[in-house]
Amino acid sequence: MVKITIDGNVYEVDPKDNLLQTILSLGLDLPYFCWHPALGSVGSCRQCAVKKYSGEDDQKGRIVMACMEPVVDGMRISVNDPEVKDFRANIIELLMTNHPHDCPVCDEGGECHLQDVTLMSGHNYRQFDFNKRTHNNQYLGPFINHEMNRCIQCYRCVRFYREYAGGRDFNVFSSRNRVFFGRYEDGVLENEFSGNLAEVCPTGVFTDKTYKQHFTRKWDLTTAPSICHNCSLGCNIIAGERYGTIRRIASRYNGKVNGYFICDRGRFGYEYVNSDQRIREPLRRGQASGRLEPVDRETVFNYFKKIFDKKPRLLGIGSPKASLESNHALQMLVGKENFFAGVSAVEHQLTLKAIQILKEGPAEVPSLRETEKADTVLILGEDVTNTAPMLALSLRQASRQKPMELPIKMNVPTWHEMAVLELMQDERSPFFVLTPTETKLDDIATAVYRNAPDNIARLAHAVAHYIDSAAPEVENLSEEETELVKQIAENLLSSKQPLIVSGTSCLNESLLEAAANITRALKKRQKSPWIFLTVPEANSVGLALLDEKDLNQAIEKALSDSYDALIILENDLYRRIEEDKANKLFDAFEHVIVLHYLHNSTTDKANLVVPVGPFSESDGTLVNNEGRAQRFYQVFYPGDSVKESWRWLGQIITGHGLNGRSELSKLDDFIEALVRDFPELKAVKDLAPNADFRIAGQKIPRQSHRYSGRTSMNANVNVSEPKPPEDEDSPMSFTMEGYQGMPPSPFISRFWYPGWNSVQAVNKFQIEVGGALRGGDPGLRVFEPQTDSDAPYYTRIPEAFKPQKDQWFAIPVFHIFGSDELSIYTPGVAELAPKPYLLLNQKDAESFSGEKVNVLLDGKQIELTVKTSSSFPSGMVGIPFGLPEMKIFKFPNWVKISG
Amino acid sequence: MLSDKERTEIEEHSRHYPRKQAAVIEALKVVQSHRGYVSDENVKDIAEFLEMTPDEVDSVATFYNLIFRKPVGEHVILLCDSVSCWIMGYETIMDHLRAKLKIEPGQTTEDGKFTLLTIPCLGACDRAPAMMIDNDLHGNLTVQKIDEILKKYK
Ligand code: SF4
Ligand code: SF4
Ligand code: FES
Ligand code: FES
Repeated sequence: MVKITIDGNVYEVDPKDNLLQTILSLGLDLPYFCWHPALGSVGSCRQCAVKKYSGEDDQKGRIVMACMEPVVDGMRISVNDPEVKDFRANIIELLMTNHPHDCPVCDEGGECHLQDVTLMSGHNYRQFDFNKRTHNNQYLGPFINHEMNRCIQCYRCVRFYREYAGGRDFNVFSSRNRVFFGRYEDGVLENEFSGNLAEVCPTGVFTDKTYKQHFTRKWDLTTAPSICHNCSLGCNIIAGERYGTIRRIASRYNGKVNGYFICDRGRFGYEYVNSDQRIREPLRRGQASGRLEPVDRETVFNYFKKIFDKKPRLLGIGSPKASLESNHALQMLVGKENFFAGVSAVEHQLTLKAIQILKEGPAEVPSLRETEKADTVLILGEDVTNTAPMLALSLRQASRQKPMELPIKMNVPTWHEMAVLELMQDERSPFFVLTPTETKLDDIATAVYRNAPDNIARLAHAVAHYIDSAAPEVENLSEEETELVKQIAENLLSSKQPLIVSGTSCLNESLLEAAANITRALKKRQKSPWIFLTVPEANSVGLALLDEKDLNQAIEKALSDSYDALIILENDLYRRIEEDKANKLFDAFEHVIVLHYLHNSTTDKANLVVPVGPFSESDGTLVNNEGRAQRFYQVFYPGDSVKESWRWLGQIITGHGLNGRSELSKLDDFIEALVRDFPELKAVKDLAPNADFRIAGQKIPRQSHRYSGRTSMNANVNVSEPKPPEDEDSPMSFTMEGYQGMPPSPFISRFWYPGWNSVQAVNKFQIEVGGALRGGDPGLRVFEPQTDSDAPYYTRIPEAFKPQKDQWFAIPVFHIFGSDELSIYTPGVAELAPKPYLLLNQKDAESFSGEKVNVLLDGKQIELTVKTSSSFPSGMVGIPFGLPEMKIFKFPNWVKISG
Repeated sequence: MLSDKERTEIEEHSRHYPRKQAAVIEALKVVQSHRGYVSDENVKDIAEFLEMTPDEVDSVATFYNLIFRKPVGEHVILLCDSVSCWIMGYETIMDHLRAKLKIEPGQTTEDGKFTLLTIPCLGACDRAPAMMIDNDLHGNLTVQKIDEILKKYK
């Protein structure tokens, strides 16, 4: 700690950050543009000027850029000196000479850092009366809008896109006041994190194009803290609504999980919520018509009543996309023995295995954001950019961790972005990517290894054996493979913080076991390794903690036992198992009840469809891939028909006197019941204060105090303002009434602070800039690794993969856009999803004559266009996972090809 | 497509650097010396040859105002409009050139002979006003001298 004097006040600070960041951490205001806590300082905008005095006698001082100043003991500076204030006003005036002042038609208006800084710097009147230079804008794809004239040349976009996110199809062009930020030519931005440009750019140059389709000002949005449901990482998001539709998703800073950013699937994959496929009222299959027909709520309860009159046996199928509370509510309704996780046996086994490995240790499990600090990375099987996108962004930062030693050694501050990059040049942390297909992290890899999952597992087991000879040995590796094993092992051993990444997407248990073995071997060699495993979906871990029984077992049970009704929670079984199996299951039931928010093949089979809320209209808890439970809150009240699944189920349970336990009406009741049945999940109760929590007797508003139109927005329905809906499930209100100050971190529904209307206001919500949110980052682990455990080695080494003569080993290939069931409802996501194809090794493909081949799969014949890769393993085929046109979900599998 | 000659020349330059991408400025100069300017297609060709993206190559190309990204005339006139030349009356020279060539700065004559551009300081302030045509420097310009000089480039 050192002492510094700012405008006569003495502060004690940690000198680790630059002066600007330190000033902001102290809660003071200082305008800035080019500095970004995740990117660093480049000193290019000159907006953060302060006066620095050389000693006690120095009355004059000199102007320096705070973002480029290290903090040193005894430092004396002034933020409010009149000369430096003038300087900052001049700078903004200069930056604005070419700015179009088009705030009224700019999507950034009202949450614009440029507006905030202009005001803060005191530049109020324009004197520039010459022509402004103008630019042509580019088409950048379905997600990002471009309006170059608004640029103030802070270079944040290009630094984020190229250096931070690794994109190469974007740059800065030209010079002086003509500089242009964009692409070489019009075209879709290729980087999976391009959406962050909308938040990184402090002006309205890059904005969210999906938001533009149904734009509303930030102050007119009803917003709530939520969790992304589009993969297993559980990034924190803010969802915003107006007039009953979700308008946009923004990232919600969480110092442990996603930091400042989210991926494009998370940001843009929300439009299913507004889809015309939404189920908004109860539906019952008409006896005469055979079609689903709208009915009222009472009919739903009567339907259940009829079933319950017979003292029925119910079979319940849960979902890895639904909350713990909803899954548990179904479990309570049907009884634990009749509840099954709604995922295939393979997938469920792998998820359970992943949990087991994480719990057993001895490897520590970093949080998503902590993975950035690993200095050696080994990826086993997982194409993270496509299965857990934000992990790819974090690992890209990890690739700079080792070379960061150089600036540290030379006393160059790590926040000094340009100096650091200059010093690092092409140096990267040791980084190994062992996957069947090419990945978007190959460019930073020390070495890549393309092979079948079993062979990758073998190589990884050999790494474990190299590190500790007590780990099982692998025979018959090639010379090159042995070399690679040695290289990986030596690098892991010499690293300070090794990280092993794997996951379930290869559907290969040996890979997970090998990952565990490597960490166990490293531990034996006195290392403290990290392990990070990805799982299929947002609540796969939560679901697996509730029940070990899978969908295949459900089918067996349904066929062997006699059941009266099947209840399916937020799940399309046709995306989980082969079609004929699903059909068999449905055929076994007279009553099929489906709780869902979208029409799909499963609701097509239902006799009764119960309209439930997706994440935007539900509260609940998810457990992410590292075992972190996180709460998401309902954004808006969707009317009287759509309810959370748990609420419907709770009413059915109590309505039939089934609970025999306590009250089941509010979220807190369900959490209580969950924790009682699963004491291991007790952290779920501590995630956030319960619904009774008040600040100064008030609720926390979901709307800003500037929310407009409230008294008139429903005037077409009724001229008198309706009573606002009440939220009995959380301490938040659906309106603008309530406590306007800073809420506890789990209830942050917008980053706003007086004078700070843009997302940059997040500085004010953090204990120190870039660190944890005040009161701690929300989210709690439901299990922690046992780091002192002596878990034994897994001993089963798989056989080497052998290509076969007349059949091919099919593995799924994942796509950030296309593989996920829900995000594809966003038109832009569908546009970027690949067309159906079959991936083959180039040589293998030569044995087929045409561009198309016929694939025989589970007795079905489909024609697919061949895509080839020289590195894809021979004897295998890759099939894009989850594309709506393909409906192939049985993996791994042997298939036949002709053509 | 880059010509064989261009490839050889670029390769020659890239040998001087630890990574070939460092030769991108030279590559742009090579192409310009052969073609007078660097077309959109050439940017892509250079990118492929040096294993870069067109975005990376064009960022460099557009930064330098003497790399021409549009066709120029047979001869390029660079008239200095910086401070010494301004004091010494470059504006008269400019007016004369505009009238004579019937073009504005940034344009090329109809017959494709001349492109007129301005440049801030040619390092010939002692001979202001000054201009450069192709690789020749012309100082102490007067209206009369201009007519003489231009004749040489017909
Ligand atoms: S486009 Fe935005 S982020 Fe990029 S330099 Fe301009 S103002 Fe900065
Ligand atoms: S990485 Fe996953 S959880 Fe995070 S924003 Fe993307 S899809 Fe959502
Ligand atoms: S923020 Fe310091 S110079 Fe831009
Ligand atoms: S100012 Fe014209 S040559 Fe220097």
